[in-house]
Amino acid sequence: MGGPEIERLIQLLSKLPGLGPRSARRAALHLMTRKDTLMIPLNDALSNAAARVTACGICGNLDSIDPCAICRDNRRDPKLLCVIEDVGDLWALERTASFRGRYHVLGGTLSALEGVKPEDLSIGALMARLEESAGEITEVILALNATVDGQTTVHYLVDRLKALGLKVSRIAHGVPVGGELDYLDDGTLSAALASRRAVGS
Amino acid sequence: MIQTDQSRIKPAVKAHDVSINIRLSRLQLTGFRNHAELDLHIDHRPVVICGPNGMGKTNVLEAISLLTPGRGLRQARYGDMAAQNGDGGFSIHAKITTAQGDMGVGTGVMADAPERRVVRIDGTSASSASALGRIMRALWLTPDMDRLFVDPASTRRRFLDRLALALDPDHADHGAIYERAMRQRNKLMREAKANGTQPDPAWVEGLERQMAESGVALSAGRRATLTRLQGYIAASPDGPFPRPQLALAGLVESWLEQAPALEVEDRFSTHLARGRARDFEAGRCLEGPHTADLAVRHGPKDQAAALCSTGEQKALLIGMILAHARGLTADGLGPVLLLDEVAAHLDQIRRAALFETILDLRLQAWMTGTDAVLFEHLGDCAQYPSIKPAMVTNG
Repeated sequence: MGGPEIERLIQLLSKLPGLGPRSARRAALHLMTRKDTLMIPLNDALSNAAARVTACGICGNLDSIDPCAICRDNRRDPKLLCVIEDVGDLWALERTASFRGRYHVLGGTLSALEGVKPEDLSIGALMARLEESAGEITEVILALNATVDGQTTVHYLVDRLKALGLKVSRIAHGVPVGGELDYLDDGTLSAALASRRAVGS
Repeated sequence: MIQTDQSRIKPAVKAHDVSINIRLSRLQLTGFRNHAELDLHIDHRPVVICGPNGMGKTNVLEAISLLTPGRGLRQARYGDMAAQNGDGGFSIHAKITTAQGDMGVGTGVMADAPERRVVRIDGTSASSASALGRIMRALWLTPDMDRLFVDPASTRRRFLDRLALALDPDHADHGAIYERAMRQRNKLMREAKANGTQPDPAWVEGLERQMAESGVALSAGRRATLTRLQGYIAASPDGPFPRPQLALAGLVESWLEQAPALEVEDRFSTHLARGRARDFEAGRCLEGPHTADLAVRHGPKDQAAALCSTGEQKALLIGMILAHARGLTADGLGPVLLLDEVAAHLDQIRRAALFETILDLRLQAWMTGTDAVLFEHLGDCAQYPSIKPAMVTNG
């Protein structure tokens, strides 16, 4: 079509999440027609990120410093540790600005069908981190997806963590903000009932 | 416009009110099976597609069935649905008329991801095919289902689940979660057995909890459907289709007769844990909603459906479908009916009763057949699009 360089660019772009061959061609064309304002700056940003960004040795977050900025931040509550599946979930929680503890990125969830075993996740590192904290971490919050694999992993972690005598909680499942009960499926409504909490005095 | 051969068809029933249930008003197929391009404009009447074998009649019905959750009436792989000489992708788009107005619903697969189904509703991507169940309900009858009562129990479970899905769009999700958790538990057990070890108990327990939660929801949905269907059958007028007697046999189903769902979840979870050694030896889970069975008896004869004649079995099955459709319609959930080669095996009285019921209920039924004479009874009350492989003519 336009030489091997363009084909290679399209091929690589099509490997990005959410991009198929057609959208990859569109993105490549968009980049090539905006060489100075987009393509070269993007190239520089990619090179810098590739050279400097690494996984945090403590929590698994991605940052250009190790330990990451969250692990270094003394204003974060050292008693709370939130376990999430991947860095995207960490970013989602940070956007809420409602959690002031620290994180631990598992790197996936258990899945016998996909061959993901406990040793493929950073569960060992989590256990070591909790033991080394010498009581500083008092609560582990499991914030995993409400999928079969996510909830199986929650059950697995609860079993592993109970020996440490920590408070273990998981994020609530139930009625979304703005949601109407009449429109909820039975499973969500059951989960909301099971996760009810006392109100008033 | 739909072509109707007036000279061939003699009207035998009078036209009915046009205010009907949910229906398709347009169907467009691209690269689906043997239809490279197809564009049908449909009015409110039942649709009859006649023609020789191999022209793609059932493919049209299959395409419509894919406008509901699941893999459609053939349970085929998406990759197999794409036209053989195409790029590997296909699309199905329909304009659906509902009480709330017209909606555009599309589904299909892209050539570069042939096993990942894409669903769009009014131009917006839906997160899963379950969303389709909130728009359209469909019930179908195909020649493969003639053996429903003699085939393994899984066939009857699938049939009951299809009826349940028409009542509850989330029913399929419970089944999918249960299946995924059970397959993972089975795999862990088989792998451990092959390695001469035991599966990780914490991992297995987590999967069992998932199986208990989703399995009880699945069984409860089936029980609720059966209760509704029994009511629908009791309320149906007498006719040439015998009334069936229905019962649901299964471990979890029987527990749900005695205790609330949350209690049954704990009981099933404990049962799975206690049965681990037995399941480990077998390499699979031996008891649960995946082994339940729908028992059907010929009511008037008080005889197991499997022992009835082929004709009686077909009449029982049609009776169940029509009773469910009648009940759904009364509840404001009237489905689209997809009846593949249904008229050929019915005598004249039952055929007429089937057509009259469809017209009485004002359902949009899509029917196929090789012989147009069998549909004469419908006359102008139906429409007769003429399709050809790889093309269609409307008019």
